Amino acid sequence: MAGQGAQARPDWDPAPQQGWVAPRLVEEFPGLGLFWVEVDGHPGPSPEPVRRRLRILSDRVYGSSAIRLREQPVAWSYRVFFRQIGIDPDRDRTPVEERIFDRLYDGAFKSRGLVADALTIAIVETGVALRGFDADQCEGRLCIREAAAGEPHPVGHGELAAGTLVLADEQNPIGMLFGETAEPYRVTRRSRRIAIAAIQVGSVPQMSVDEALWLAAATVEHA
Amino acid sequence: MQELLVRDGFPALDAPSTERPARVQLRAQIAKLDRELSGLVGEGFGRIAIEHDVSAPPGPPRVLGLGELERTRDALAAKVAAARGALRERARAEAGKRQLLAAMLARPAEFKWVKVSREEIGEPGCGEWHSKPRLGPIGMLMGWWRVKVSSGCPRPGRLAAVE
Repeated sequence: MAGQGAQARPDWDPAPQQGWVAPRLVEEFPGLGLFWVEVDGHPGPSPEPVRRRLRILSDRVYGSSAIRLREQPVAWSYRVFFRQIGIDPDRDRTPVEERIFDRLYDGAFKSRGLVADALTIAIVETGVALRGFDADQCEGRLCIREAAAGEPHPVGHGELAAGTLVLADEQNPIGMLFGETAEPYRVTRRSRRIAIAAIQVGSVPQMSVDEALWLAAATVEHA
Repeated sequence: MQELLVRDGFPALDAPSTERPARVQLRAQIAKLDRELSGLVGEGFGRIAIEHDVSAPPGPPRVLGLGELERTRDALAAKVAAARGALRERARAEAGKRQLLAAMLARPAEFKWVKVSREEIGEPGCGEWHSKPRLGPIGMLMGWWRVKVSSGCPRPGRLAAVE
């Protein structure tokens, strides 16, 4: 368990929980962490206040933001981690860069539903990588681990290559570490409990992770 | 005995574990080089396009081996060196244009019809300095040369009118 329990943080509501990171990965990547919160939510179109917030956010992002982003410590930490695990961050962009580039291509942050919008707001504001899952489908604690030989691919056909970094619950991989989510775990209109997970890497401060989770959870819960 | 070694896990005999310090060091080098490259891309923004694509080793995201980390590190180092060279070259060109502009402003008649743009001296905007004769052909015949500063970027309304 790498010395990490699933401690809830009692001073915070909803309390973020600490996920498990495989010991070998903790040794290889000090600072790698997983935190998540579960909130009640009714996924669907975003209400006007959330849409307005996206519009305000759109007005704060320019072309130069995309270039300057890589010089900001949190965004840069994810770029470096991508390189360190064999992802080219200029081809498969980090979550924050992906959203900033989408904003530039689309001309604005387009509303894609409440949960996706809440994640976009929190990711762009903090730079932290967030994911959303249907919490009712997840079994037990979330974790970051390497895939074992022969495990089924969560999003594609066939099997995962042994050693592939995945996000998993206590039963199965629920998605690639920075990529798609397996079909059963995706947030749909039928989801009632939403798990919002933050992947912490390298030197990303805990304060940023907490802020990102709080921002996304509050947006989903209070919408 | 073999069972005992396997059961208790004897890290000193485990080859990948002995490589861990080297992997940690390589990751730190990759981080340093990426930071430097990011800084250089930012420095060149608006002045020169810095080549910064470093392709990842093929395969899914995983704990990379020594060879893969070394290749990534070397590719980044090459990009950093190329970026530094390109920026140095660009800075030299900009300094040359700034000297030309200073001379042009001092002695416009010696630089007839020469243009220097803001972009060429590394400044934002679309203005330019142009050595032109005062009063057109008369000034040309009389040697009344001056440097005219353009009014900058066209307004969106004017561009729309042209389109």
